[in-house]
Amino acid sequence: MRAPFRDGSRKGTRPFEPIIKDMIRTIFTNKKAFIPYIMAGDISLQKTEDIVLLLEDCGADIIELGVPFTDPLADGPTIQHAAERAILNGVTLKKVMEMVHRLRNKTKVPIVLMTYLNPVYKYGLVRFPIEAVSCGVNGVIIPDLPADMEGEFINDARKHKLDTIFFVAPTSTLERIKLSAKKTTGFLYYVSITGITGSNINIDSHMTDMIGKIRAISNLPIAVGFGVKTPEQAASAAQIADGVIIGSSIVSMMNDNSFDLNELKKYLISLRKAIKFI
Amino acid sequence: MGSKGRVPLQEPSLKGALGRALMTNKMLNAFFGIYGGRYVPETLIPALEELDKAYRLIKKDSTFKKELSNYQRTYVGRPTPLYYAGRLTDYLGGAKIYLKREDLAHTGAHKINNALGQALIAKSMGKKRLIAETGAGQHGVATATGAALMGLECEIYMGADDVKRQALNVFRMRLLGAKVNEVTIGSRTLKDAINEALRDWTTNVGTTHYVMGTVFGPYPYPEMVRDFQAVIGQEAMSQILKAEGRMPDYLIACVGGGSNSIGLFHKFLTHKSTKDIQYIGVEAGGYGIDSGKHAARFAGGSVGVFQGCKSYLLQDDDGNVLGTHSVSAGLDYASVGPEHAFLHDTKRVKYTYATDDEALKAFALLAKTEGIIPALESAHAIAEAVKIAPKISKDKIIIVNLSGRGDKDVQQVSELTHEGSL
Repeated sequence: MRAPFRDGSRKGTRPFEPIIKDMIRTIFTNKKAFIPYIMAGDISLQKTEDIVLLLEDCGADIIELGVPFTDPLADGPTIQHAAERAILNGVTLKKVMEMVHRLRNKTKVPIVLMTYLNPVYKYGLVRFPIEAVSCGVNGVIIPDLPADMEGEFINDARKHKLDTIFFVAPTSTLERIKLSAKKTTGFLYYVSITGITGSNINIDSHMTDMIGKIRAISNLPIAVGFGVKTPEQAASAAQIADGVIIGSSIVSMMNDNSFDLNELKKYLISLRKAIKFI
Repeated sequence: MGSKGRVPLQEPSLKGALGRALMTNKMLNAFFGIYGGRYVPETLIPALEELDKAYRLIKKDSTFKKELSNYQRTYVGRPTPLYYAGRLTDYLGGAKIYLKREDLAHTGAHKINNALGQALIAKSMGKKRLIAETGAGQHGVATATGAALMGLECEIYMGADDVKRQALNVFRMRLLGAKVNEVTIGSRTLKDAINEALRDWTTNVGTTHYVMGTVFGPYPYPEMVRDFQAVIGQEAMSQILKAEGRMPDYLIACVGGGSNSIGLFHKFLTHKSTKDIQYIGVEAGGYGIDSGKHAARFAGGSVGVFQGCKSYLLQDDDGNVLGTHSVSAGLDYASVGPEHAFLHDTKRVKYTYATDDEALKAFALLAKTEGIIPALESAHAIAEAVKIAPKISKDKIIIVNLSGRGDKDVQQVSELTHEGSL
């Protein structure tokens, strides 16, 4: 398959086979979803391709691919450092999308990009949903884009079947939960803690209450992220949510090329088991 | 005062599809034209809504106004003087130059106007702890001061490089009881300090108020900080009318995030009989625009979304934020307040820049001619006056905002100019 952007134009692009609408959402139909996160291009984009396939082999249901940005203010040091390494490797939003396009020869696992608004803004809010979908990207998570900003972009994304995943936080009011739910397609991202990625999850009655509140007004699947590290934590998050997102602890296992692949596999499989067999 | 958060102007950018989209947006008052907004993680939105509500209430509350103005008078030392710089005027041989002496405000810069206002709001919201970012250290010192005055805990985030070049202010903050966190991640300057402060706020949002130091970040900060700084222009207007019996012809201020400049400009911009005033904002030209080592966002940037709002931003083609350089830590920032972006596009304010060298020369010139050592930030505004005053006739009036004093900078300047240790 040819790359979609030759000389920056989309001429000659063979459109990717149309993404099944609600592909992400259907993942949750009869199982708890295991959603690992990795930073695209940390080590190299080639390595990222291999790891995406490994994640799928280890039971990932949806893969969250970080797109590096210089100022990731919702992320902790683990992911910021990974982003810095990826930027040094010359990784950009465009290159990540091209990589997803290449991966579509090898896997159909749903892929969502997690980035910040500015790289997308610079790329072009009109272009992005169209080209992301044509590369085979299923959804996008933008932590510094709340659901009441850039309405046209959000509508466009929906029109082009690019899922827009918004957040609910422990601090969210009922009004904000409603807003995020209204603008979300795919799944709602519940932030387990008031904090940044890589902190420690706190599965407490507040979280149970909040997830109850969300369920009362929306039937979207809910995935929990920020701070899940151990299989035990993943299991307890999976008991109340529909999916679990694990990022920093995976990223921290692969911060140079000599990382232990078997260790990573073992860890991924332990997470998958914890999430799926409760 | 333009309580809707915008100066009453025709808004060309509100035409067309984008305009319609904005008009239907409930968040319209978060924008200046297309700039501004509230681009932060969801976790922070309730805190920003709470702050907005508290600010709207308190703005109209006569007890609060009285309390603030009492502190301004008895604690900050307001009104600060408007000083006719006669020797500088004679030296340049052109327009009359007045200096608005924010350097004489308590803690040595205009930053206290905002920090004190926000400390009062934080207290009224029942917050126990203040956090802030700082570049040059002036806002950190002002926030630490506000916290000490109100009996609140205080933590300041400061880039490791700035900690080094502003060591005196670090010590002052510690003396005032604040904890200073050195930020070693990223580019180790102001933008990284803001990232860290936002992360802290995201984590401790229940107990903590984030004292944003400039007219930047998510709504309502750009508007709220402007309103607290607007006292500069309010005073300057009545002072110049008293001294000269008329409005000034030029207003000049340096622009980092843009709080001292908007503070000087705001009253004039919204006043009906000030049509002919020329407003000039001076950014940091660093080693020059061609060098790529500067912080001139209007000369070298493009529109982007960064740290909570949409504005002009120094960024690469992939939307990553570029490193900046300025001899003055307070102007060394990749973006600029969204209201400035709007004033730039509507051509109400002219934005230019002064290089490091020009600022250093102005720094020395003001010291020698007037016996005033300006902050390196303010020296950029002086540098612009040095450029234009000789070309303007003697019956014209320039007001320069002398936003801070230069004590914090003398060590650095002495090293830069190879004059040995002090």
